[in-house]
Amino acid sequence: MRYLLILMLSLLPVFAYAGEAKDMAEDPVLEQRMIGLAEKLRCLVCQNESLASSHAELAEDLRREVREQMQKGMTDQEIIDYLVSRYGDFVLYDPPVKTSTLVLWYGPFALLLIGGGVLVYQLRKRRSQIAEPQISAEDARRAAELLDQTDKPEELIKKDPQA
Amino acid sequence: MMRFILPFVVFVVLAVFLFVGLNLNPREVPSPLVGKPAPAFTLPQLHEPAKPFSPADMKGQVWLLNVWASWCVSCKEEHPVLMELSRRNIVPIYGLDYKDKQADAELWLKRGGDPYVLSVADAEGRIGIDYGVYGVPETYVIDKQGVIQYKQIGPVTPQNLTEKILPLVAELQAK
Repeated sequence: MRYLLILMLSLLPVFAYAGEAKDMAEDPVLEQRMIGLAEKLRCLVCQNESLASSHAELAEDLRREVREQMQKGMTDQEIIDYLVSRYGDFVLYDPPVKTSTLVLWYGPFALLLIGGGVLVYQLRKRRSQIAEPQISAEDARRAAELLDQTDKPEELIKKDPQA
Repeated sequence: MMRFILPFVVFVVLAVFLFVGLNLNPREVPSPLVGKPAPAFTLPQLHEPAKPFSPADMKGQVWLLNVWASWCVSCKEEHPVLMELSRRNIVPIYGLDYKDKQADAELWLKRGGDPYVLSVADAEGRIGIDYGVYGVPETYVIDKQGVIQYKQIGPVTPQNLTEKILPLVAELQAK
């Protein structure tokens, strides 16, 4: 019983799923095309929502406008141009690349390059700072001697007074 | 020394960017219509629906097109400013009553006064879309050739009236 309840509760969010704002349309194909285009466009009132998902009145009007223009046989690009000529590039979620948006488009790559450059520079500098370790002839001889020893590990332990 | 200067410079640059960003208004969408001819329309007048009005009738005059609605909250704030402006008789104000009901609109003008030479009713908001209206109130300054010279987004205040709109109107009228 308890598990059933948990299962039911865990399924609850399914019902909270919010669909796209719906408008009546006789032609489902056209409606699909309109939604597809409206998803690429920004609602001007609630600026972080697409035209497709917004319930603002202006968004509804704009969807109606888009739908009617599609019925008139205008292409998606023509409709986008129409909206841009009235509301500016702001309606586009994908702002076009032009001089004023260069920083927006390429700024992050420039920052990445600068960051990478600084990293490489710093690493090179650090490497040149670390001197090759110098070892005296005496130390080298002792090291070779230790390496040559064939003592078994147990004997080493026995020899160690601390153990 | 370099160790401290470089991060400090980076910090200052970032701080300036963020500070400017904080003071920008993200709701202000620059209108691509400024410098373009005002979109044509013919709409019935609010008070006399039998009579149409079209921006073409205004050729040769500098005029203001104010988008308003009785349901618009900020319009209330703007209304006294427009009333005062119409009393001073500097520039004719025409109203575009946006997505409104006739009765509500008339009641609003009766109560608060009517600063407009006339208003036209854009009941379905189609002309609004043509003008790129996205938040009422909005005010357009249109010159003698019918070109939009300025768009005020949000209410006209005494400040932006004296600083921007009236100097522009005077300049356009002198042309």
